[in-house]
Amino acid sequence: MADRHPLFMPLILVGGLIFGFGLGFSQMARPEVVLHFLQFEDVGLLFVMFGAAIVSGIAFAVMPRLRDSAPLTGDRYERRLKPFDRNVLIGGAIFGVGWGLSGICPGAAYASLGVGNVTILWALAGMFVGAYLQGVWRSTHATTEVAPSDAD
Amino acid sequence: MVADPVPLQLTAELFPNGISRYAVGGMLVGLGTVVIYVGTGIPAGASTFLESTLSYVSGQSRFQRYVSSRDWRVVFTLGIVLGALAFAATVQSGVITTSLYEAGTTGELYEVGGVTLWSTAVQPWRLFLGGILVGIGTRIGKGCTSGHGVCGVGSASKTSIVGVLTFLTVAIATAQIVAALGVSP
Repeated sequence: MADRHPLFMPLILVGGLIFGFGLGFSQMARPEVVLHFLQFEDVGLLFVMFGAAIVSGIAFAVMPRLRDSAPLTGDRYERRLKPFDRNVLIGGAIFGVGWGLSGICPGAAYASLGVGNVTILWALAGMFVGAYLQGVWRSTHATTEVAPSDAD
Repeated sequence: MVADPVPLQLTAELFPNGISRYAVGGMLVGLGTVVIYVGTGIPAGASTFLESTLSYVSGQSRFQRYVSSRDWRVVFTLGIVLGALAFAATVQSGVITTSLYEAGTTGELYEVGGVTLWSTAVQPWRLFLGGILVGIGTRIGKGCTSGHGVCGVGSASKTSIVGVLTFLTVAIATAQIVAALGVSP
Protein backbone atom coordinates (compact mmCIF):
# COMPACT_ATOMS: atom_id res chain seq x y z
CA MET A 1 0.00 0.00 0.00
CA ALA A 2 1.16 3.49 -0.77
CA ASP A 3 1.44 6.30 1.78
CA ARG A 4 2.51 4.12 4.65
CA HIS A 5 4.50 5.76 7.38
CA PRO A 6 8.24 5.11 6.80
CA LEU A 7 8.49 3.52 10.25
CA PHE A 8 5.58 1.11 9.66
CA MET A 9 7.59 -1.81 8.27
CA PRO A 10 10.56 -1.35 10.65
CA LEU A 11 8.16 -1.42 13.60
CA ILE A 12 6.44 -4.59 12.33
CA LEU A 13 9.89 -6.17 11.99
CA VAL A 14 10.93 -5.17 15.53
CA GLY A 15 7.65 -6.50 16.93
CA GLY A 16 8.19 -9.77 15.07
CA LEU A 17 11.77 -10.04 16.35
CA ILE A 18 10.68 -9.71 19.99
CA PHE A 19 7.75 -12.08 19.39
CA GLY A 20 10.05 -14.70 17.82
CA PHE A 21 12.74 -14.32 20.47
CA GLY A 22 10.06 -14.87 23.11
CA LEU A 23 8.77 -18.03 21.41
CA GLY A 24 12.34 -19.33 21.30
CA PHE A 25 12.95 -18.42 24.93
CA SER A 26 9.73 -20.08 26.11
CA GLN A 27 10.71 -23.24 24.15
CA MET A 28 7.26 -23.27 22.59
CA ALA A 29 9.15 -23.43 19.29
CA ARG A 30 9.95 -27.05 20.21
CA PRO A 31 7.08 -29.43 19.33
CA GLU A 32 8.25 -31.87 22.01
CA VAL A 33 7.71 -29.23 24.72
CA VAL A 34 4.19 -28.55 23.45
CA LEU A 35 3.41 -32.28 23.33
CA HIS A 36 4.69 -32.73 26.89
CA PHE A 37 2.37 -29.91 27.91
CA LEU A 38 -0.64 -31.49 26.20
CA GLN A 39 0.22 -34.83 27.86
CA PHE A 40 0.32 -33.06 31.28
CA GLU A 41 4.00 -33.90 31.77
CA ASP A 42 4.93 -30.21 32.09
CA VAL A 43 2.04 -27.77 32.11
CA GLY A 44 4.23 -24.68 32.56
CA LEU A 45 3.57 -23.82 28.92
CA LEU A 46 0.20 -22.39 30.00
CA PHE A 47 2.14 -19.41 31.28
CA VAL A 48 3.37 -18.55 27.78
CA MET A 49 -0.15 -17.80 26.64
CA PHE A 50 -1.21 -16.29 29.97
CA GLY A 51 1.91 -14.11 30.14
CA ALA A 52 1.45 -12.92 26.57
CA ALA A 53 -2.31 -12.36 26.95
CA ILE A 54 -1.85 -10.35 30.15
CA VAL A 55 0.82 -8.10 28.63
CA SER A 56 -1.15 -7.51 25.44
CA GLY A 57 -4.38 -7.19 27.44
CA ILE A 58 -2.96 -4.21 29.31
CA ALA A 59 -2.22 -2.47 26.00
CA PHE A 60 -5.65 -3.32 24.58
CA ALA A 61 -7.27 -1.84 27.68
CA VAL A 62 -5.07 1.23 28.12
CA MET A 63 -4.24 2.50 24.62
CA PRO A 64 -7.81 3.44 23.57
CA ARG A 65 -7.98 5.68 26.65
CA LEU A 66 -4.66 7.38 25.99
CA ARG A 67 -4.96 8.14 22.30
CA ASP A 68 -7.63 8.16 19.62
CA SER A 69 -5.53 6.60 16.92
CA ALA A 70 -2.24 4.81 16.26
CA PRO A 71 0.62 7.12 15.21
CA LEU A 72 1.86 5.10 12.22
CA THR A 73 -1.50 4.26 10.60
CA GLY A 74 -4.08 6.64 11.99
CA ASP A 75 -6.21 3.57 12.74
CA ARG A 76 -8.39 3.61 15.82
CA TYR A 77 -7.28 1.46 18.75
CA GLU A 78 -9.73 -1.39 18.99
CA ARG A 79 -9.85 -4.71 20.75
CA ARG A 80 -9.66 -7.93 18.74
CA LEU A 81 -13.31 -8.96 18.71
CA LYS A 82 -14.62 -11.41 16.15
CA PRO A 83 -18.21 -12.54 15.72
CA PHE A 84 -19.02 -15.97 17.10
CA ASP A 85 -20.47 -18.67 14.90
CA ARG A 86 -20.11 -22.42 14.63
CA ASN A 87 -16.98 -22.00 12.48
CA VAL A 88 -15.13 -21.04 15.66
CA LEU A 89 -16.00 -24.47 17.10
CA ILE A 90 -15.48 -26.47 13.89
CA GLY A 91 -12.22 -24.72 12.99
CA GLY A 92 -11.02 -24.79 16.58
CA ALA A 93 -11.62 -28.56 16.78
CA ILE A 94 -9.76 -29.21 13.49
CA PHE A 95 -6.89 -26.99 14.66
CA GLY A 96 -6.89 -28.88 17.98
CA VAL A 97 -6.45 -32.25 16.28
CA GLY A 98 -3.60 -30.84 14.19
CA TRP A 99 -1.93 -29.15 17.16
CA GLY A 100 -2.25 -32.28 19.31
CA LEU A 101 -0.85 -34.49 16.54
CA SER A 102 2.10 -32.27 15.59
CA GLY A 103 2.79 -30.09 18.66
CA ILE A 104 3.12 -27.01 16.48
CA CYS A 105 1.01 -23.93 15.74
CA PRO A 106 1.67 -21.24 13.11
CA GLY A 107 3.67 -18.65 15.10
CA ALA A 108 5.68 -21.33 16.87
CA ALA A 109 6.40 -22.98 13.52
CA TYR A 110 7.97 -19.79 12.13
CA ALA A 111 10.04 -19.47 15.31
CA SER A 112 10.96 -23.15 15.17
CA LEU A 113 12.54 -22.59 11.77
CA GLY A 114 14.54 -19.76 13.35
CA VAL A 115 16.00 -21.90 16.14
CA GLY A 116 17.30 -24.27 13.46
CA ASN A 117 14.48 -26.79 13.15
CA VAL A 118 14.65 -27.49 9.41
CA THR A 119 12.35 -30.50 9.88
CA ILE A 120 9.52 -28.09 10.74
CA LEU A 121 9.30 -27.28 7.01
CA TRP A 122 7.07 -30.38 6.86
CA ALA A 123 4.61 -28.64 9.18
CA LEU A 124 4.87 -25.31 7.34
CA ALA A 125 4.25 -27.06 4.01
CA GLY A 126 1.24 -28.79 5.57
CA MET A 127 -0.12 -25.48 6.91
CA PHE A 128 0.02 -23.90 3.45
CA VAL A 129 -1.66 -26.96 1.93
CA GLY A 130 -4.40 -26.81 4.58
CA ALA A 131 -4.90 -23.05 4.25
CA TYR A 132 -5.06 -23.48 0.46
CA LEU A 133 -7.61 -26.31 0.60
CA GLN A 134 -10.00 -24.42 2.89
CA GLY A 135 -9.50 -21.24 0.87
CA VAL A 136 -10.42 -22.87 -2.42
CA TRP A 137 -13.40 -24.58 -0.84
CA ARG A 138 -14.66 -21.39 0.77
CA SER A 139 -14.00 -19.25 -2.31
CA THR A 140 -16.12 -21.50 -4.50
CA HIS A 141 -18.87 -21.87 -1.92
CA ALA A 142 -19.03 -18.15 -1.17
CA THR A 143 -20.04 -17.44 -4.77
CA THR A 144 -22.89 -19.94 -4.74
CA GLU A 145 -24.28 -19.01 -1.35
CA VAL A 146 -27.11 -16.48 -1.43
CA ALA A 147 -26.18 -14.42 1.61
CA PRO A 148 -22.84 -15.22 3.21
CA SER A 149 -23.14 -14.15 6.82
CA ASP A 150 -19.56 -15.00 7.70
CA ALA A 151 -17.58 -11.78 7.84
CA ASP A 152 -14.60 -12.48 10.01
CA MET B 1 4.38 -21.03 57.18
CA VAL B 2 4.38 -24.81 57.18
CA ALA B 3 4.25 -26.15 53.66
CA ASP B 4 2.07 -29.12 52.90
CA PRO B 5 4.20 -31.72 51.09
CA VAL B 6 1.38 -33.12 48.93
CA PRO B 7 0.63 -29.98 46.92
CA LEU B 8 4.37 -29.28 46.74
CA GLN B 9 4.98 -32.68 45.22
CA LEU B 10 2.11 -32.21 42.81
CA THR B 11 3.53 -28.83 41.82
CA ALA B 12 6.92 -30.42 41.15
CA GLU B 13 5.30 -33.06 38.97
CA LEU B 14 3.22 -30.61 36.98
CA PHE B 15 5.97 -28.02 36.65
CA PRO B 16 9.27 -29.95 36.40
CA ASN B 17 10.91 -26.95 34.71
CA GLY B 18 9.25 -24.28 36.84
CA ILE B 19 7.25 -21.52 35.24
CA SER B 20 9.79 -18.69 34.87
CA ARG B 21 11.10 -19.47 31.41
CA TYR B 22 7.55 -19.89 30.14
CA ALA B 23 6.29 -16.70 31.75
CA VAL B 24 9.29 -14.64 30.59
CA GLY B 25 9.01 -16.02 27.05
CA GLY B 26 5.28 -15.36 27.07
CA MET B 27 5.74 -11.78 28.25
CA LEU B 28 8.18 -11.22 25.38
CA VAL B 29 5.61 -12.61 22.95
CA GLY B 30 3.12 -10.18 24.47
CA LEU B 31 5.62 -7.33 24.24
CA GLY B 32 6.13 -7.99 20.52
CA THR B 33 2.36 -7.87 20.06
CA VAL B 34 2.15 -4.64 22.06
CA VAL B 35 4.91 -2.92 20.05
CA ILE B 36 2.97 -3.52 16.84
CA TYR B 37 -0.38 -2.64 18.41
CA VAL B 38 0.79 0.63 19.96
CA GLY B 39 2.41 1.79 16.73
CA THR B 40 -0.20 0.62 14.24
CA GLY B 41 -3.39 -0.33 16.10
CA ILE B 42 -3.13 -3.82 14.57
CA PRO B 43 -3.69 -6.86 16.83
CA ALA B 44 -1.43 -9.16 14.82
CA GLY B 45 -2.00 -12.91 14.61
CA ALA B 46 0.33 -15.42 13.02
CA SER B 47 -1.95 -17.66 10.96
CA THR B 48 -3.38 -15.05 8.55
CA PHE B 49 0.10 -15.02 6.97
CA LEU B 50 -0.72 -18.43 5.47
CA GLU B 51 -3.66 -17.09 3.46
CA SER B 52 -2.30 -13.61 2.77
CA THR B 53 0.88 -15.14 1.31
CA LEU B 54 -1.17 -17.49 -0.87
CA SER B 55 -2.70 -14.37 -2.46
CA TYR B 56 0.64 -13.83 -4.24
CA VAL B 57 0.15 -17.07 -6.19
CA SER B 58 -3.61 -17.70 -6.20
CA GLY B 59 -6.44 -15.51 -7.42
CA GLN B 60 -9.04 -17.21 -5.18
CA SER B 61 -11.29 -14.59 -3.58
CA ARG B 62 -10.65 -16.03 -0.13
CA PHE B 63 -6.95 -15.12 -0.41
CA GLN B 64 -7.35 -11.87 -2.37
CA ARG B 65 -9.18 -10.27 0.58
CA TYR B 66 -5.80 -10.18 2.36
CA VAL B 67 -3.87 -8.41 -0.42
CA SER B 68 -3.66 -5.12 1.50
CA SER B 69 -1.94 -6.71 4.50
CA ARG B 70 0.13 -9.40 2.79
CA ASP B 71 3.38 -7.40 2.60
CA TRP B 72 3.61 -6.52 6.28
CA ARG B 73 2.56 -10.03 7.27
CA VAL B 74 5.60 -11.37 5.39
CA VAL B 75 7.75 -8.90 7.33
CA PHE B 76 6.12 -9.94 10.64
CA THR B 77 6.79 -13.62 9.93
CA LEU B 78 10.35 -12.86 8.83
CA GLY B 79 10.79 -11.03 12.14
CA ILE B 80 9.57 -14.06 14.08
CA VAL B 81 12.04 -16.34 12.26
CA LEU B 82 14.94 -13.91 12.78
CA GLY B 83 13.98 -13.26 16.41
CA ALA B 84 14.09 -16.99 17.11
CA LEU B 85 17.42 -17.18 15.27
CA ALA B 86 18.69 -14.39 17.54
CA PHE B 87 17.62 -16.53 20.50
CA ALA B 88 19.53 -19.48 19.02
CA ALA B 89 22.64 -17.36 18.41
CA THR B 90 22.67 -15.97 21.95
CA VAL B 91 20.96 -17.99 24.67
CA GLN B 92 20.84 -21.37 22.91
CA SER B 93 24.51 -20.98 21.91
CA GLY B 94 25.58 -20.05 25.43
CA VAL B 95 26.75 -16.52 24.47
CA ILE B 96 24.20 -15.24 26.96
CA THR B 97 23.81 -17.53 29.96
CA THR B 98 20.67 -17.61 32.05
CA SER B 99 19.39 -20.05 34.61
CA LEU B 100 16.09 -19.99 32.72
CA TYR B 101 17.55 -21.88 29.76
CA GLU B 102 18.23 -25.59 29.74
CA ALA B 103 19.31 -27.42 26.61
CA GLY B 104 16.83 -30.18 27.39
CA THR B 105 16.83 -33.79 26.30
CA THR B 106 14.38 -33.65 23.40
CA GLY B 107 15.28 -33.29 19.76
CA GLU B 108 18.83 -32.79 18.58
CA LEU B 109 21.28 -29.93 19.08
CA TYR B 110 23.78 -29.27 16.28
CA GLU B 111 26.22 -26.53 15.37
CA VAL B 112 26.58 -24.44 12.23
CA GLY B 113 29.25 -21.73 12.16
CA GLY B 114 29.45 -21.47 15.94
CA VAL B 115 25.67 -21.14 16.37
CA THR B 116 23.94 -23.90 18.32
CA LEU B 117 20.80 -24.92 16.48
CA TRP B 118 18.06 -27.34 17.46
CA SER B 119 15.98 -29.77 15.44
CA THR B 120 12.94 -31.81 16.38
CA ALA B 121 12.70 -35.59 16.58
CA VAL B 122 8.92 -35.55 16.03
CA GLN B 123 8.22 -37.63 12.95
CA PRO B 124 7.68 -35.78 9.65
CA TRP B 125 4.30 -37.43 8.97
CA ARG B 126 2.97 -36.02 12.23
CA LEU B 127 4.26 -32.56 11.37
CA PHE B 128 2.89 -32.64 7.82
CA LEU B 129 -0.51 -34.16 8.57
CA GLY B 130 -0.88 -32.04 11.72
CA GLY B 131 0.22 -28.99 9.72
CA ILE B 132 -2.54 -29.56 7.15
CA LEU B 133 -5.16 -29.68 9.92
CA VAL B 134 -3.64 -26.60 11.58
CA GLY B 135 -3.82 -24.76 8.25
CA ILE B 136 -7.47 -25.69 7.73
CA GLY B 137 -8.57 -25.26 11.34
CA THR B 138 -6.95 -21.93 12.19
CA ARG B 139 -8.36 -20.30 9.08
CA ILE B 140 -11.88 -21.67 9.47
CA GLY B 141 -11.81 -21.05 13.22
CA LYS B 142 -10.83 -17.37 12.78
CA GLY B 143 -7.54 -17.58 14.60
CA CYS B 144 -4.72 -19.52 16.17
CA THR B 145 -2.77 -19.52 19.41
CA SER B 146 -1.61 -15.94 18.84
CA GLY B 147 -4.70 -14.41 17.22
CA HIS B 148 -7.23 -16.00 19.59
CA GLY B 149 -4.90 -16.97 22.43
CA VAL B 150 -2.90 -13.76 22.84
CA CYS B 151 -4.79 -10.94 21.10
CA GLY B 152 -8.31 -12.32 21.52
CA VAL B 153 -7.96 -13.42 25.15
CA GLY B 154 -6.10 -10.16 25.84
CA SER B 155 -9.16 -8.38 24.43
CA ALA B 156 -11.46 -10.46 26.68
CA SER B 157 -13.24 -11.62 23.51
CA LYS B 158 -15.81 -14.32 24.27
CA THR B 159 -15.38 -15.72 20.76
CA SER B 160 -11.65 -16.12 21.34
CA ILE B 161 -12.05 -17.63 24.82
CA VAL B 162 -14.43 -20.23 23.40
CA GLY B 163 -12.03 -20.80 20.50
CA VAL B 164 -9.08 -21.34 22.83
CA LEU B 165 -11.03 -23.71 25.09
CA THR B 166 -12.09 -25.67 22.00
CA PHE B 167 -8.67 -26.14 20.43
CA LEU B 168 -6.94 -26.66 23.77
CA THR B 169 -9.36 -29.38 24.87
CA VAL B 170 -9.26 -31.18 21.52
CA ALA B 171 -5.45 -30.89 21.34
CA ILE B 172 -5.07 -32.40 24.83
CA ALA B 173 -7.36 -35.30 23.92
CA THR B 174 -5.56 -35.85 20.60
CA ALA B 175 -2.06 -35.77 22.11
CA GLN B 176 -3.10 -38.19 24.88
CA ILE B 177 -4.65 -40.62 22.38
CA VAL B 178 -1.65 -40.45 20.04
CA ALA B 179 0.70 -41.09 22.99
CA ALA B 180 -1.49 -43.94 24.25
CA LEU B 181 -1.28 -45.54 20.80
CA GLY B 182 2.47 -45.68 21.32
CA VAL B 183 3.45 -43.05 18.73
CA SER B 184 6.67 -41.42 19.97
CA PRO B 185 8.09 -39.00 19.30
